[in-house]
Amino acid sequence: MSATTRTPTTPESRTTSTSARLLGDRRLPVLVTAGLFLVMYIAGLSRYQNYGFGEPQVFLNLFIDNSYLLVAAVGATFVIMSGGIDLSVGSVIGFTTMLTAWLVQDVGLPLLVVVPISLSVGAFGGFLMGYVIHNFEIQPFIVTLAGLFLFRGLCLVISKESIAISDSAVSSLAETRISLGVGDLSIGAVVALVVLGVAFYVLHYTRFGRRVYAIGGNEQSALLMGLPLGGTKIAVYTMSGFCSALAGLLFMLYIQSGDPLHAVGMELDAIAAVVIGGTLLTGGSGYVLGTLFGVLVLGLIKSIIQFEGTLSSWWTKIATGVLLCAFILVQRAMTARKAT
Amino acid sequence: MTTPSRWRALTRHHLFWPVAVLVALLLVNVPFTPDFFAIHMTNGHLYGSLVSIVLFGSPLILVAVGMTLVIATGGIDLSVGAVVAITGALTCSYISHQADQNALSGVLLAMGLGLVAAVVCGLWNGFLVARMGIQPIIATLIIMVAGRGVAQLITDGQIITVNSDPYQLIGGGYWLTLPFSIFVVAAVVAVTVVLTRRTALGLLVEAVGGNAEASRLVGIRSRRIKIMVYVFCAVSAGIAGLMISSNTSAADGNNAGLWIELDAILAVVIGGTSLLGGRFSIGGTVIGALVIQTLTTTIYTIGVPTQTNLVFKAAVVIVVCLLQSPKFRAKVFGARAKSAAPAAPAAPAEAAPKMEVS
Repeated sequence: MSATTRTPTTPESRTTSTSARLLGDRRLPVLVTAGLFLVMYIAGLSRYQNYGFGEPQVFLNLFIDNSYLLVAAVGATFVIMSGGIDLSVGSVIGFTTMLTAWLVQDVGLPLLVVVPISLSVGAFGGFLMGYVIHNFEIQPFIVTLAGLFLFRGLCLVISKESIAISDSAVSSLAETRISLGVGDLSIGAVVALVVLGVAFYVLHYTRFGRRVYAIGGNEQSALLMGLPLGGTKIAVYTMSGFCSALAGLLFMLYIQSGDPLHAVGMELDAIAAVVIGGTLLTGGSGYVLGTLFGVLVLGLIKSIIQFEGTLSSWWTKIATGVLLCAFILVQRAMTARKAT
Repeated sequence: MTTPSRWRALTRHHLFWPVAVLVALLLVNVPFTPDFFAIHMTNGHLYGSLVSIVLFGSPLILVAVGMTLVIATGGIDLSVGAVVAITGALTCSYISHQADQNALSGVLLAMGLGLVAAVVCGLWNGFLVARMGIQPIIATLIIMVAGRGVAQLITDGQIITVNSDPYQLIGGGYWLTLPFSIFVVAAVVAVTVVLTRRTALGLLVEAVGGNAEASRLVGIRSRRIKIMVYVFCAVSAGIAGLMISSNTSAADGNNAGLWIELDAILAVVIGGTSLLGGRFSIGGTVIGALVIQTLTTTIYTIGVPTQTNLVFKAAVVIVVCLLQSPKFRAKVFGARAKSAAPAAPAAPAEAAPKMEVS
């Protein structure tokens, strides 16, 4: 900060050296994540070239295998951006797989009826949590913790055993592939990308998106500006519930069964993806595209471990933890700089 | 002192509601198992539902007591479950490599190793929270995610079983006719209560939780206090980890202590400690942990399908949190108090004309 290399163009830009300006840039974490993804991909490419890592399909599989995580993480992005947290994501996903499997398999309803039911149940759960969080001023952490217990418990109330789905509509949907020329995508991956696009539009080009940023930045100022605090907060949690339910449907398609223990701890993966994607956990700053890269990085770790063959699955957890830690420290360095 | 005022003083006591819930839950069991409170002696050991509630609840009590202090400083520790798994995994893998698994020195060394690992985890959490200024939820999330991976790395993904009599004592052994773990819990709770209530430590913790910046300005080393509570929490989680792995004589990196962080937070909340920090009650936490364990036992005894356990827990969390929320109380009870006020003898003369106007 001592060496002034160029004259400030505007009164606000006190950070004068290039490195300081770079650290102050809000897009930095997203760029870092994107860079990390690229480096990892190239490293994988050079190491497993003879094993077909370079196939376009391997890249597309990242979307296919992580479609549900992407959708869940997009929902979590909104919640975290608004300064809250949603721990119920994994449970809602598990509950949705259970509910759909039960309705399709045991009750015998057609899939077309079941899908809206599941989505509205998830959204309603999110709405309830948002309502309690806003109206009774209880910490989001503890309310969504209750949600975690509730939905996991409801899974077990439906059935203790896993339910395999043999419905023809489900299996044909699950097996449908959309060709892209170089490879193909599953329905789930396409849905996830559409959700991502919609979220991108909503967050950056609508009033609602600006409100989410404003509330996450400073709730008090947002309130004083006259923004509808309650409505926005409740909407954010409703959206997260909806996204979790949709993620549950995609997970159900991916795995074609319902199990009360599906997606245990998935909320941590979703939160980790959001953080690695550069969204500030205190809220108010971040990008949906960053979340996409966060999910891709997590997915790439998994596929590299698969390609490596000798590494065991728990390295995924350790690598995720290390990345999480690194990104939190980078964020901390950024915000500390902004504060001074 | 008339009876109503004494009653009011009793209901205002901060432990009244947790104890009332615990007693009510215990009484629910009586119609289903008439000899619920009976304790009988078999083979020189005391057996009975009450004994087993304390026995099975002891790891939770330990973790929850540590969590109470962390929450009192305005933080939260999500990593306790992972610490439980790491401690158990490290201790069991060390013991299993011993030639003589029954050698006391080896077992003590193994337990020391496990607890050192717990201290390291606690220091790391404390460092991130106090030095780096990272939100506690996030800082402890790192070990919560990575810790289970580390535990599986230590056990090589297997469930390590040990066959060691001295190690078995902590979690499954008996001493003076009672389960040994009860003594361990009693010792930890007693030490905690003495340290926090007989010295200034408790006050310092509450001061840091109330306002970390203000407490720093009056000369409390708030960072050091924070690091200390995270280390304490990790150590109590480590002891709980020893207990759990000793009780089953096995270390399971995947499932040991799964969800215990959530149960512990729940116990703390039931015990009346505010999640915002600034005040805490160790006694309340112990009762809160016992309430959770009794709830589980009750669900077994009254024959409700065990899978509804989680739904019950969710309901308890929601009710307790709503009751703790000032805004909820103002909305529900405040409305009732307002409508009740005009009915009081002093008010009707003024209340009546207003009714006509509107």
